[in-house]
Amino acid sequence: MLNSIKKTLTGVATAACMTALATGAPATAQAKTDLTMYYPIAVGGPLTTVIDGMVADFMKENPDINVSAIYAGNYNDARVKALAALSSGSPAQLSVMFSIDLYELIEQDAIVAFDDVVTTDEDKAWLKSFYPTLMENGVTGGKTWGIPFQRSTIVMYYNKDAFRAAGLDPDKAPATWDEMVDAGKKLTKSDGSQWGVMIPSTGYPYWMFGALTMQNNQVLMNPAGSKTHFDAPATIEALQFWKDLGAKDKIMPEGTIEWGTLRQNFLEGKTAIMWHSTGNLTTVKKSATFDFGVAMLPAKQRLGTPTGGGNFYIFKKTTPEERTAAMKLIKFMTSPDRSADWSIETGYMGVSQAAYDTPKLQEYVKGFPYAAVARDQLEFATAELSTYQTGRVRKALDDAIQAALTGSKSPEEALKEAQETADRLLKTYQ
Amino acid sequence: MYLSPNVMRHVHGWLLLTPAVILLVAFTHYPTVATVINSLYSKGTAIRPSRFVGLANYELMAEDPIFWKVLFNNMWFALGTIPTSIALAIVMALLVNRALPGRSFVRMAYFTPTVLPMIAVANIWLFFYSPDIGLIDNIAAWFGIPGHNWLGDPNTVLPAIIVMTIWKEAGFFMIFYLAALQHIPPELREAARLEGASRWYFFRRVLFPLLMPTTLFVLINAVLNSFKLVDHLFVLTKGGPDNASNLLLYYIFESAFSYFDTTYAATLTVLLLALLAVMALAQFFLLDRRIHYR
Amino acid sequence: MTKRAPLAGRLFDGLETVAAWVLALLWISPLLYAFWAAFHAGEYAIHFDIFAPLTLDNFREALSQAPFLRYGLNTFILVTMLLSAQLVICTLAAYAFARYRFYGSDIAFALVLVQLMITPEILIVENYATLADLNLIDTILGIGLPYMASAFGIFLLRQAFKSTPKELEDAARLEGCGTFAILMRVYVPLAHPTYLAYGLVSISHHWNNFLWPLVVTNSVETRPLTVGLGVFGAPESGVNWSILSAATLLSVAPLLIAFLLFQRQFIQSFMHAGIK
Repeated sequence: MLNSIKKTLTGVATAACMTALATGAPATAQAKTDLTMYYPIAVGGPLTTVIDGMVADFMKENPDINVSAIYAGNYNDARVKALAALSSGSPAQLSVMFSIDLYELIEQDAIVAFDDVVTTDEDKAWLKSFYPTLMENGVTGGKTWGIPFQRSTIVMYYNKDAFRAAGLDPDKAPATWDEMVDAGKKLTKSDGSQWGVMIPSTGYPYWMFGALTMQNNQVLMNPAGSKTHFDAPATIEALQFWKDLGAKDKIMPEGTIEWGTLRQNFLEGKTAIMWHSTGNLTTVKKSATFDFGVAMLPAKQRLGTPTGGGNFYIFKKTTPEERTAAMKLIKFMTSPDRSADWSIETGYMGVSQAAYDTPKLQEYVKGFPYAAVARDQLEFATAELSTYQTGRVRKALDDAIQAALTGSKSPEEALKEAQETADRLLKTYQ
Repeated sequence: MYLSPNVMRHVHGWLLLTPAVILLVAFTHYPTVATVINSLYSKGTAIRPSRFVGLANYELMAEDPIFWKVLFNNMWFALGTIPTSIALAIVMALLVNRALPGRSFVRMAYFTPTVLPMIAVANIWLFFYSPDIGLIDNIAAWFGIPGHNWLGDPNTVLPAIIVMTIWKEAGFFMIFYLAALQHIPPELREAARLEGASRWYFFRRVLFPLLMPTTLFVLINAVLNSFKLVDHLFVLTKGGPDNASNLLLYYIFESAFSYFDTTYAATLTVLLLALLAVMALAQFFLLDRRIHYR
Repeated sequence: MTKRAPLAGRLFDGLETVAAWVLALLWISPLLYAFWAAFHAGEYAIHFDIFAPLTLDNFREALSQAPFLRYGLNTFILVTMLLSAQLVICTLAAYAFARYRFYGSDIAFALVLVQLMITPEILIVENYATLADLNLIDTILGIGLPYMASAFGIFLLRQAFKSTPKELEDAARLEGCGTFAILMRVYVPLAHPTYLAYGLVSISHHWNNFLWPLVVTNSVETRPLTVGLGVFGAPESGVNWSILSAATLLSVAPLLIAFLLFQRQFIQSFMHAGIK
């Protein structure tokens, strides 16, 4: 009988050990999940260091995930690199890419909707925790495909010292198109050493244009991304206004204005007002040698600005473990705390109300109220131009804008051509 | 196994050639054929796979206003850079060929732009051309001339790029002319001087014809470069404004890598290949007849 | 018959010298400007104050914003690997063309010459697809592979080998040398100047190559200097001229210094290559 008890005990013990090994084994025998992500930078500042820092913190908290974050250039480069990597032997699992790349990525069958990745109720609620306006460019067909990360609106930076010198009230930024033109006339010096306004027309001209059209109460495309409104009367009027700033009102240089050098131009005092991404805010703050202010863009029929920037996307070619890991990373990078840090370091917006409720961002905003301009403008914001065949459609609009600004075509002519091109490209999607 | 020396000769020859042949076929000949075939298919996406469409892409290309703009740009670019850089190269070579105080320095100054990558050249000249804060506008301001948005004005952007390219290329061509000049016996010049020929006469009737082989070589190089050289567009204008500075190879790159339209890119490439082939044939047959070989 | 007065002749010579010098100064000024901007703080990029303080901050900043040293290493590895492969492959092929008459050699040579015109960048889309199939995207080997069989190299070496006197080969054969031994003992040593010339031309060309490496590389570990500089100067993030100049100088420094030290060899190489 002792034998059988021994046997049973041994059996039980063995079973217990096996169970312990079986449950304990995954923790020790589990391989590290490797994640590769591409990300772009389109504004100034040592942002690669900031991202590297955030990623390092994430890896410390999650020792079983190894992240390699690769700086890919601008938004175009990031998309090109990420998609190219997908068809090569070493794909990325997730990336930050233009919020408006959505349709292209769906058409390439490259990304997976977040609704298909989240499982718990907690996660489902997390999907809804971001500012709705920021989600507009990431949602289509009732599903969420992109999570906001480095998001912005256009804001108006203005040189308060220059305002004072011209006899304008430095605390009252122009609030309407007419006010901006009047202020511009007073600020423009006849010797050309200082212009009133500069709106960049290289880099992302369609983005700046999206603000002007929104202010004229006109959107540029339909929510389904299959039709554009480039030749609507309000659109033509907006382009005419942009062109007149240089050609008629003489408060802006004629021709195209370079995106990359605009910030430097502002800091050197070549222009008193500049329209630029809020993502430049911290760099401007650090480098300005004069008193400057930031305000919402002026209104025509209403206030308006497009949102801009990059979202996180998860690629389809991923294993379930990789998706779980990617979700962790995305949640980390967009958590209220991190979003607050990111916003302070760059000027990009906090992506959720919770981010602005964190003590550090609340304090920052109290000491530097301009950090909240982009957030406050969200109320009046609209989605950025995004359609199928988005690269070509955007280029058609960019070319039209540049043609009108350089005077080689009239705004009406240029926009009608752009609309024709867009119609031709989008025909099959309607 | 015994093979006759004759057969071994062929075997040996081809064996030696094998590594080169594999690589050349893989990266030159096969892609050429593949490109032509690809141009006959429609753009494929995950949702709508690619299908054979015959010459439809070529029709699209013919109707594409950007394509024609790009083609004209390439032509103007070639016309602007090639004759001027060759002329400058000859002048430089003539200047440097004589005993000149500080000759080494002068020669180095002319040649240095060549060892710089085009992307670095573009970065440097980007600053020169920047409106208002750029160097050229600054210098112009000293003289009271108003500044200009050189790269943002469709009328000046191509000339601006041409000037920059001439700066880079002239020194490179100078070297070949220098080599050729050093092979010309000095007795020719003595003879000409004794007969009272002016320097210009000597140049026009004796020197220049003797330099024809070099000119042909340089011309081929220059034409090839004018199609291949698009690095600067990435930094300067990205083809803008409104495609005023867009070039064929850059448009091919955009189509393939920005719009993911590899079949349209293939169509454009076929055209580029055709142009290169025509140019090669033209140069070898036409100019060959007129060269004076010694 | 007119004889020029000595004074007029000397005056003309003097004018030519001045012209040569003015052109030279004009030609070198853009590079001099880059030097100025790189060693002075941002404000002085535009205002030429002779007594402005020199600073190395721009270089420090550029190095901290992008790993130029790593880029330099990548470029060095690329160029070395590529040149070694080219020397071997082109020598073999040139030897075949120069000394063997075999079936199809003329056609083969004509097909080789095609690569003189149709360089890999022109077929960029297809070549990228090929590399992707070979799983060589984002590798240094991938950057170099399409260039390893260089038509230019084969052409130059064939010329050089062809002009080697046949008697030397015959003598070597009498001593009982096989194919390879003849190649290594007779042809290669005599083509030494051509090898040097080709080497320098190849190094310069591939050190400065941009479009193909741009497309092939994604990460810092493979990116060469030119692509690193191109990505660094990406206009979107705004331009600081001094830092950009510093970055530019960092990228061109190795080749430029090599050129300045070995000017004579560089120029002779290009001349030599051109004559052929």
